[in-house]
Amino acid sequence: MKNRSYEESVHFYGRIWVATGIFLMLMMPVSICLYYDAWPNMAHVFKGLLGVAPIFWTVGIIEVFTYAPMLGTGGTYLGFITGNLTNLKVPAALNAMQAAGVEAGEEKGEVISTIAIASSAIATTLVIALGVLLLGYLQPVLESPVLKPAFDQILPALFGGLGVVYISKNWKLAVAPLVFMVVLFLAVPSLASSVGILVPVGALVAIGAARLMLKKNML
Amino acid sequence: MPEFNVNSGFLYAITAVVIVFVLAQSAFFLVRAARRAKALGITGATIRKTIFSSSLFSIAPAVGILLGVITLSKFLGLPLPWLRLSVLGAITYELPAATTTANAMGLSLSEAITDPSAYSAIAWVMTLGIIPGIFLVLFGLKKIQKGVVSLKGKDPKWGNIFMSSLFLGMISAFMGMLFADVRKGLPGLIPIAVALSSALIMAICGILIKKCRLAWLEQYALPLSMLGAMAAAIPITALMG
Repeated sequence: MKNRSYEESVHFYGRIWVATGIFLMLMMPVSICLYYDAWPNMAHVFKGLLGVAPIFWTVGIIEVFTYAPMLGTGGTYLGFITGNLTNLKVPAALNAMQAAGVEAGEEKGEVISTIAIASSAIATTLVIALGVLLLGYLQPVLESPVLKPAFDQILPALFGGLGVVYISKNWKLAVAPLVFMVVLFLAVPSLASSVGILVPVGALVAIGAARLMLKKNML
Repeated sequence: MPEFNVNSGFLYAITAVVIVFVLAQSAFFLVRAARRAKALGITGATIRKTIFSSSLFSIAPAVGILLGVITLSKFLGLPLPWLRLSVLGAITYELPAATTTANAMGLSLSEAITDPSAYSAIAWVMTLGIIPGIFLVLFGLKKIQKGVVSLKGKDPKWGNIFMSSLFLGMISAFMGMLFADVRKGLPGLIPIAVALSSALIMAICGILIKKCRLAWLEQYALPLSMLGAMAAAIPITALMG
């Protein structure tokens, strides 16, 4: 009974926070328009949206289905408002659950994932805020040619370490999606800009292959 | 009419409100989850380690996001990119959103915007382009999670395989991406070399954790691998670039 009440309360408060977050997000452009009496030309907004919305609306919706089971309920409400999911929140949650020895989809996994995402969101927000405040001092260092290669390689540096843990843990499950993705990117390198849309494709390949291996008793 | 400026106090004030909101929401969820964790028998030490290692891990990607803010700030000023990248944003979205809208208006990305209505057009696109997913979370998450729970309940073995497949789907998409530039020759192999050095550091950590019983290292293995590989990227790029 107590178990259910925690889950229910996360939905209750999560929805309040998310609804407030959406309201605040929309109020940002609204207040700019009101304060400066500067309403945009709708044709420009439409043209801009046409360039990005078809792909990002699709990715955004698919992301919910892909990440919600991994992040758990609280983690999803929080992670989707604070953003930067693939490069920050999802790896932080996966790593924390792995290190604490709890499983995603169980209640212990749920709370550890929420704690990881909340800590990550607070740390990120503070680092960015501090960075903006100290920009004068930091900009020459951060944009120095010496450090540039390091920041260009954040994603490979992140997914190399994360990958080796998950692939070695489930190597049978990993073979099919890995081969598929490597071949795909070798064949169509331009896909790198839409890697977001390929996450669910990879998941479907992995699930399909797992289903097949399970039937043949290979798992 | 107040004079428009991409770095005006008014824009900073809006940003501050949103940043405080994000911090408050995170703190609220953190406190509640930590309490629940204790009730579930998770030790205080594990909770503290989770908080510390997740924060530590976030520093490098956060600096990456800060670089995104700096990139956009030449054109949009500091407050808007700061705000957009702190809430629901990601540089992979905000940059194309801002550039396509600027292109539609024939604006150059190299100097700060002076026209407030052009600025508000960009602010609208940056906001509207990212919002549908969060509406789905608001109205659909309960159903999605129920589906996950019933899947796990019906067939626990398949439930676990399903979850692992989701993780591996994400990881393999990013692993595949490492190979996107292979055709460019040696410089195209840099991402692979960096990922391999990260994997190597992680493997060494794994051995130390198991063989030398350095359990504390478990929480820091990922931040270490990531920072180590980023540092390694500097000589790797110099050699292969």
